[in-house]
Amino acid sequence: MEKKWQEMTADEKQEAQFQKLLSPKLPDGKDLPFQSPEAEANYKAAITRIKDAIQLKKTPDRVPVTILPSMFPFTHAGMTVQEAMYDYDRCALAFKKFILEFKPDMHIGAAAPGPGKFFEILDYKLYSWPGHGVAPEHSYQCNEGEYMKAEEYDLLLMDPSFFFRNFYLPRVFGALQGFQMLPPLTGILEMYGVAFNFIPYALPPVQATYKALFEAGAEALKWAMVMGGSNGELASLGFPNILGGFTKAPFDTIGDTLRGTKGIIMDMYRQPDKLLQALEAITPIMIGMGLGAAQQTGNPLIFIPLHKGADSFLSDAQFKKFYWPTLKQVMLGLIEGGCIPFPALEGHWGSRLKVIQDIPKGKTVWMVDQTDMVKAKETLGKNACLIGNVSSSMLNLGTPDDVKAYCKKLIDTAGKGGGFIMGNGAFFDEAKPENVKAMSDFTKEYGVYK
Amino acid sequence: MAKDLVNTLADLKEKEALGIVQERLSAGEDPLRILDDARRGVEIVGKRFSDEEYFIPDLVYSGEILKQITDMVKPKLTKAAEVKRLGKVIVGTVAGDIHDIGKDIVVFMLDVNGFEVFDLGIDVPVQKFVDKIKETGSGVVGLSGFLTLAFQSMKDTVGAIEKAGLRNEVKIMIGGGQIDDQVRSFTGADAYGKDAMDAVKLAKGWIGG
Ligand code: B12
Repeated sequence: MEKKWQEMTADEKQEAQFQKLLSPKLPDGKDLPFQSPEAEANYKAAITRIKDAIQLKKTPDRVPVTILPSMFPFTHAGMTVQEAMYDYDRCALAFKKFILEFKPDMHIGAAAPGPGKFFEILDYKLYSWPGHGVAPEHSYQCNEGEYMKAEEYDLLLMDPSFFFRNFYLPRVFGALQGFQMLPPLTGILEMYGVAFNFIPYALPPVQATYKALFEAGAEALKWAMVMGGSNGELASLGFPNILGGFTKAPFDTIGDTLRGTKGIIMDMYRQPDKLLQALEAITPIMIGMGLGAAQQTGNPLIFIPLHKGADSFLSDAQFKKFYWPTLKQVMLGLIEGGCIPFPALEGHWGSRLKVIQDIPKGKTVWMVDQTDMVKAKETLGKNACLIGNVSSSMLNLGTPDDVKAYCKKLIDTAGKGGGFIMGNGAFFDEAKPENVKAMSDFTKEYGVYK
Repeated sequence: MAKDLVNTLADLKEKEALGIVQERLSAGEDPLRILDDARRGVEIVGKRFSDEEYFIPDLVYSGEILKQITDMVKPKLTKAAEVKRLGKVIVGTVAGDIHDIGKDIVVFMLDVNGFEVFDLGIDVPVQKFVDKIKETGSGVVGLSGFLTLAFQSMKDTVGAIEKAGLRNEVKIMIGGGQIDDQVRSFTGADAYGKDAMDAVKLAKGWIGG
């Protein structure tokens, strides 16, 4: 008899996830029909190749290739970022063209631009986007700020959901002001008094907030249907998306968009204990975020963009105290739940390699931006698969020969014995298509393991 | 020695440092001397940063302490502080890019190292750089950018400076997230710096030394 999910070991869960990927399903549960026997063979070979690269048990047949762009597929198709954000069908079409042109073994879907109208409905303040503070041809950008105040740690600690709904969300979404008026849900207990809890829902600002939520939900669904359709179509053509969702290192959750860069720095000096408590408190929430997303999408890879642990951002002592313990817990929690953490070492992480190599073997895959790949291979690479690290500047300004020479070096060093996936190091908006092509084609040729 | 503002600040002891400033102000000391000590403290912070003993948080924190000290001292100032400046530097995040964390650190480090810095902010149109060079006669321009789109904006900015006939009057350095030497040669800038200390070294090499 098959083991129940809860009874499986982490190894068995990971294996089950890959088996699931190998027999892709339609939303209604039927088998996904491939468009040709060749597409089916390519799809399965790609999954197997990536599985072998990640698990570090077997050398794959060749170095797998992935391309992890931000806006490149759309700029390459001659669209502005604004068009990609507002015209979902054209966005999906451009992405399909991109996949068919460069043929990576794995992709992460067309979701990067996101649904522009949805952000408009909610009057999103956290980011500026094309037509809303950024030019049509440029990518959206974050507006740095203290969206959580220094004195609000106790509120966050007491009830994170209440803090998010009543304080954080109204600050980052203009249309969700009504949330400030709502009482905590945990007051709804008994017959007597229960009705008081519902009175705020009669107030016009609260009703306006709910109206915006309904509209935003409908828009998000409309977009998600197109994105889902795109993933299904690409899978049927032989190109898997195995990204399951995303979560964050607790330190980045607080440092990026709650307290902001300066805010969290001050907290490390002025209220380190509160910060540490908050990091602990949100750790299970970050694990749940990843596991929940994986359940929704059915895919095991959970992306974790790593920001404020990079070399110059923290001292070694600060890294070990504030950044690493809870990040490690998040990864272990995801692994325990059968997921594959997919952290990205954004920027330079050379000084952290010895610390972060302390993770279970064959359970994670790391995108490497500007860290030296040879050093990464010697440390982290003993326990984990690495992706990278063709630079934005090379893809943008180099020649196909530069790219090939660099890829050759990567395959000879980081690729040795498996555990390596060729790819770009940073998400990119612009590149010379012939350079992207060179990265993919050359790897398929030279990266075959003998 | 408990009253040593220079070292207390360099060691990032916020409360103690502010306490010393308060005491010295109450004792009627010349506010300019207090400011000068504070500046020397932050200079040590900058030195420790370039020696990789300090990191970005230490810089940012020292900047915050310095700001509080300046706020305390300012009302007592009778005449503006006359600081001998090494030279003028214009800094900004290029058109299309709205990131400021990296740029702000560069501005801070240039400032505490004795440069007069004109911070043009973020998403700076090329013409604004040109106008500022004309207005101030600065010898160094620092362009910051985070995103790949900044490559082109940097090139455009260098081009505009050239077109205005000012290219020989200024040295241009670039830096930020994805910038490297390949980007430098694409943009036509004179140098690329990987961090804020590089910015200081470059500027000193050109106009401070
Ligand atoms: C933190 C971060 C974020 C945060 C920013 C907000 C916050 N509160 O922190 C959040 C989470 C919001 C975020 C979002 C996104 N990000 Co981001 N992010 C980063 C990260 C990790 C660090 C940036 C940072 O804070 N740097 C801090 C300062 C101190 O560093 P700096 O700017 O490089 O400056 C130093 C030096 O470069 C130098 N310097 C700087 N300017 C100058 C100038 C001169 C003249 C000189 C000499 C030197 C110099 O001195 C400085 C101090 O030493 C970088 C990766 C990285 N490690 O660089 C990615 C990165 C910038 N992000 C990236 C992306 C793709 C995104 C998103 C588009 C992701 C998405 N799909 O949503 C969004 C939107 C873009 C945006 N940033 O607004 C990419 C950009 C790639 C590209 N397209 O060009 C990067 C490079 C990550 C990657 N490897 O792919 N991001």
